[in-house]
Amino acid sequence: MDEIQRTLLKEVADLDALPVGAYNIRANGAAAGRNSTANIEIVPKEDKPGIEIYIKPGTKKESVHIPVIITQTGLTDLVYNDFYIGEDCDVTIIAGCGIHNCGGELSQHDGIHTFYIGKNSKLRYVEKHYGSGDEVSKRVMNPTTIVHLDEGANMEMETTQIAGIDDTDRRTEGDLKAGAMLVVKEKILTTGVQKAKTYFNVDLNGEGCSANIISRSVAKENSWQHFDSRINGNAPCAGHSECDSIIMDHGCVTASPQLTANDIDASLIHEAAIGKIAGEQLMKLMTLGLTEKEAEEQIVNGFLK
Amino acid sequence: MLELKNVGFVADGEVEILKDVSLTINERFVAITGPNGGGKSTLAKLIAGIYEPTSGQILLDGVDITHMSITDRAKLGVSYAFQQPVRFKGLQVRDLIRLAAGRKITITEACNYLSEVGLCARDYIDREVNASLSGGELKRIEIAMVLARGTKLSVFDEPEAGIDLWSFQNLIHVFEKMYEETRGSILIISHQERILNIADKIVVIRDGEVTKYGTRDEILPELLESADAGNVACDVLTQKIK
Repeated sequence: MDEIQRTLLKEVADLDALPVGAYNIRANGAAAGRNSTANIEIVPKEDKPGIEIYIKPGTKKESVHIPVIITQTGLTDLVYNDFYIGEDCDVTIIAGCGIHNCGGELSQHDGIHTFYIGKNSKLRYVEKHYGSGDEVSKRVMNPTTIVHLDEGANMEMETTQIAGIDDTDRRTEGDLKAGAMLVVKEKILTTGVQKAKTYFNVDLNGEGCSANIISRSVAKENSWQHFDSRINGNAPCAGHSECDSIIMDHGCVTASPQLTANDIDASLIHEAAIGKIAGEQLMKLMTLGLTEKEAEEQIVNGFLK
Repeated sequence: MLELKNVGFVADGEVEILKDVSLTINERFVAITGPNGGGKSTLAKLIAGIYEPTSGQILLDGVDITHMSITDRAKLGVSYAFQQPVRFKGLQVRDLIRLAAGRKITITEACNYLSEVGLCARDYIDREVNASLSGGELKRIEIAMVLARGTKLSVFDEPEAGIDLWSFQNLIHVFEKMYEETRGSILIISHQERILNIADKIVVIRDGEVTKYGTRDEILPELLESADAGNVACDVLTQKIK
């Protein structure tokens, strides 16, 4: 692995060396390292690119790292990763994709991740996207995440994309059985002429299940973002979505939330707010001695922290 | 030393908020009081640089700061606690205290500032400065930020508002401690007699003009007398209605 690849790995998975526990590192469309453990088995798919990850019931406090890095220009990488998480688990999966592209052509990674989360299992899923390179070489990432939560299962998904990606089309879909809970925290920052589209569809099918989708985004310069969320309450359940955006320069954000209640006891809420940084916030930080630009940076960094 | 020389401010090109205000402030505690809408908060904002005067001059230790930006004034040693503190989604209390201090400070140091204003540091240091904090909590964090800055001029716009559960004595102790550390001037906009009671000098602003400026002993008895007179008038009216 060269210096650039090591930097990407550090950015997306916070890894300086090979991780402890199970991992699968994919570099430029091929496997670059894999390790299974007693409780977590990673096997390559036979019919298409990607892996299958099997986590034994009762596995607790273990983690899986599955970073993807691309440094080859002109590469389009498509993978299908399926996660089978047994009952009563408590695990963390750290995904992430880093593209460094200076070659003039488009580099793209499309990851389709499907999760089957067993009864009463708890999963924390962290996904970070990062891009670097020159301005003419395009970097594209289109992640699809499909989650099936069994009774009492709990998933917390944290996704972060801070600049560097020219075009992204994110899709997250979930269905929840009784007592299951899904929390999604998404953070997106776009600059230049970047585009980001994010789509959520959650079906709350079981009694007492809940979903909370929180999206915070910043659109700078001439970038464009579209937030589209659909929460369908098909049982006595609770759904909440929140889209909070800061626009700067000529940035553009569309928030298009949709709630559908198919059950009299479905309680669904959406909150959306789009606006520039409040003048009084800038002023407050300036009274602490920060310049307007420094104040802006602090506010944006805090907002996306 | 802060000097205001014939300072005037006209809002939106037509409404005259302050007229020909001249003041020299070199004392420990100076209280600005007067009726609502008289121009007290505008004066504080002119000093902090949030508004620029339409006429006159403002000098800090002889340096003309009339047209200086908020940032430059802050760097020169002006601190300003807002009447209505600002909320920030995502920024934590510790971030604001660190930014106020203008350097990397330890958690213990940040916690000390919070303890000074009567907040249990452990409960607040990691809190987001968002809508989950009450007005009173925000007010205290605002004061803690000015403490962390420790500048030669600190301006507070109604610092006592919303902190009713915390005793005035503590607030006054904070001001005293601030003075011990900075040896600068503390300018407090307030209606509260207990705050006016600790002032070395009192400024009364009414209808955009300084109507009285003098030592506490000169101004306070007169102020209290007119306040009592107000109550008497009310009583007469109440009697009549009865």
